Amino acid sequence: MENLLEIKNLEVKADEKEILKGINLEIKKGEIHVIMGPNGSGKTTTANAIMNNPEYTKEKGSILFEGNDITNSRTDEIAKKGIFMSFQLPEEISGVSVTNFLKYAKNKVTGKPVKIFEFKEELKKYMEELNMNSKNLERSLNVGFSGGEKKKNEILQMLILNPKLAILDETDSGLDVDAIKTVSKGIEMFKNENNAVLIITHNTKILHSLKVDYVHVLVNGKIVKTGNQELAKQIEDNGYAQYK
Amino acid sequence: MSTTNINEINRNIYDIKNKDEYEFKIKKGLTPEIIKEISKQKNDPEWMKEFRLKALEVYNKLEMPTWGPDLSELDMEEIATYVRPKTNLNNSWEDVPEDIKDTFDKLGIPEAERTSLAGVGAQYDSEVVYHSMKKELIQQGVIYTDMETAIKEYPKLVQDHFMKCVPVYDHKFVALHGAVWSGGSFVYVPKGVKVDIPLQSYFRLNSPEAGQFEHTLIIVEEGASLHFIEGCSAPKYNKINLHAGCVELYVKDKAYLRYSTIENWSKNMLNLNTKKAIVGKNAKMDWVSGSFGSKISMLYPMSILNGKGAKTEFTGISFAGEGQNLDNGFKVIHNAPETSSVVNAKSISKNGGKCTYRSLVRIAENAKNSKSSVSCESLMLDNSSISDTIPTNDIRTDEVEFSHEAKIGKISDKAIFYLMSRGLSEEDAIAMIVRGFAHPIAKELPVEYAVEMNNLINLEL
Repeated sequence: MENLLEIKNLEVKADEKEILKGINLEIKKGEIHVIMGPNGSGKTTTANAIMNNPEYTKEKGSILFEGNDITNSRTDEIAKKGIFMSFQLPEEISGVSVTNFLKYAKNKVTGKPVKIFEFKEELKKYMEELNMNSKNLERSLNVGFSGGEKKKNEILQMLILNPKLAILDETDSGLDVDAIKTVSKGIEMFKNENNAVLIITHNTKILHSLKVDYVHVLVNGKIVKTGNQELAKQIEDNGYAQYK
Repeated sequence: MSTTNINEINRNIYDIKNKDEYEFKIKKGLTPEIIKEISKQKNDPEWMKEFRLKALEVYNKLEMPTWGPDLSELDMEEIATYVRPKTNLNNSWEDVPEDIKDTFDKLGIPEAERTSLAGVGAQYDSEVVYHSMKKELIQQGVIYTDMETAIKEYPKLVQDHFMKCVPVYDHKFVALHGAVWSGGSFVYVPKGVKVDIPLQSYFRLNSPEAGQFEHTLIIVEEGASLHFIEGCSAPKYNKINLHAGCVELYVKDKAYLRYSTIENWSKNMLNLNTKKAIVGKNAKMDWVSGSFGSKISMLYPMSILNGKGAKTEFTGISFAGEGQNLDNGFKVIHNAPETSSVVNAKSISKNGGKCTYRSLVRIAENAKNSKSSVSCESLMLDNSSISDTIPTNDIRTDEVEFSHEAKIGKISDKAIFYLMSRGLSEEDAIAMIVRGFAHPIAKELPVEYAVEMNNLINLEL
């Protein structure tokens, strides 16, 4: 089967510092991948490099999405092609309500007018599933949201924008057990055989309630090992020491 | 990544120029002869002629202000002070909303916004509404007319209040105003009368050079209430580059006045406008103010809280682009116990524009148990833009609650990246952040101006 995402020999710098030192990764439709690694190993850089965040400089290598080179595409073009990233620290945008933001973003991503009634129904359904307070819809995007509310809001955005590939950057970090379960539930609702998920995390809690296909261990800018869910369990028991 | 280019708020709507037709144009420069000529042309009563001449004397004595933006390029000899437009002020009101609606169509405002705009249009739009409203108001004793008519028909009311709230010796441009003022609105709301529908005034100026010195005088008697909207965002183009209007607001005991205004002048304008309100016992004065155009603006509306329990609230936004220096703010004098003031000011600067928030909060010794809370926020869209906050706080009693909060910020690259990852272009992302920043103010504006502001922010991005 054709790759949805293909990263070839990617080297990335941030703040003049070499972070990724040659990454290779292939993700196919229907798969859930996990990148694990200690702090500073380049996990967040990988996510940002895929979205082509201008704060990160690509030195070498390429990124293909559905066979098209997106290495240097604009972030909004990448989003429109069907890649979504859930942020570790979602930005606060005051004066823009969650509803209006989602409507606007959905319109931009799909390039079609949003059907208000369907949109509201969809929103209602997802918010119930994610145990979100519907009052948040009228609040400014992420402003004054707790950490957990922000993360749920990211998952809500993922569900509404319905990308082909969802990258979840530390979406589970800082969450309590119940919130992690909710996030996992969101991922399960999203997941189908035509899309894929890339979970980036430094702990294994989220993997307890989610079945994943591949686990990659990222240490010091390189993927040092790839395995299945069993690998995550080993790391949970033994940590990253053996890979350093 | 594409570059972001935010130009000035699109002025196309405003710059629709009508033919410059006028009957009479005064010689440039200022002398007693010119003032007498103005007075004659306007058929002033004797007291007004004397008033003008006295104001001219004061004007000649006072120095130019040196504490704010540089006004040295202003040459009074070059300013034709008075042009009497051929058409009557009141008559050209009706066609402007059509123009604006038409322009909105061209701009392609979302359907929902246009619907609400039409609603407003139906409420305020055209002379039909204007007249029927007027009739109702007349029955209640409300007076709403232009200043010239007011002087003739209500001489005592005018003489008792005219430039008593803003005396001519306040500063040089108020003195100038006193000497050459022309046009403006007069509103009188009798005791206990609540005017439910906002009164809206446009200075309809077919001649682009008229009305730089308009005078607004509003008296809201005890227990009465009024919402007055003054629209200077309608087409207005000025060759003459000085605007020195004057607004005097009397809010008597237990009365309420909300005064909303948008000033959007062409960029060769020096806007040196003076606005002041005297607020009585348990009365409330709310200001909503938008300042967009002009080359230099010095605009500091002021509330004088003279009665026990008087309240005031100021909500304002300034938007400075290339070559603009908007020095705006708010002044409040707490002159009685248990008075309160709330200030929420925002500014946006871009392409080298400069916004300064200059304010005064004075709490007099007798103003025990008063409260004042000031919040000002600035947003700079690029590195060449400038933002400054110059507050003066003069608190003369300990028994007060006072807070001042100032925030100056830039649009962060992280926020732009976040929004772009949701499919917004860089331009869309910036526009969304700016709109969001302006939203708390925009929602206080009359809806057609809020819609207009939102779309104009988008238009040039």
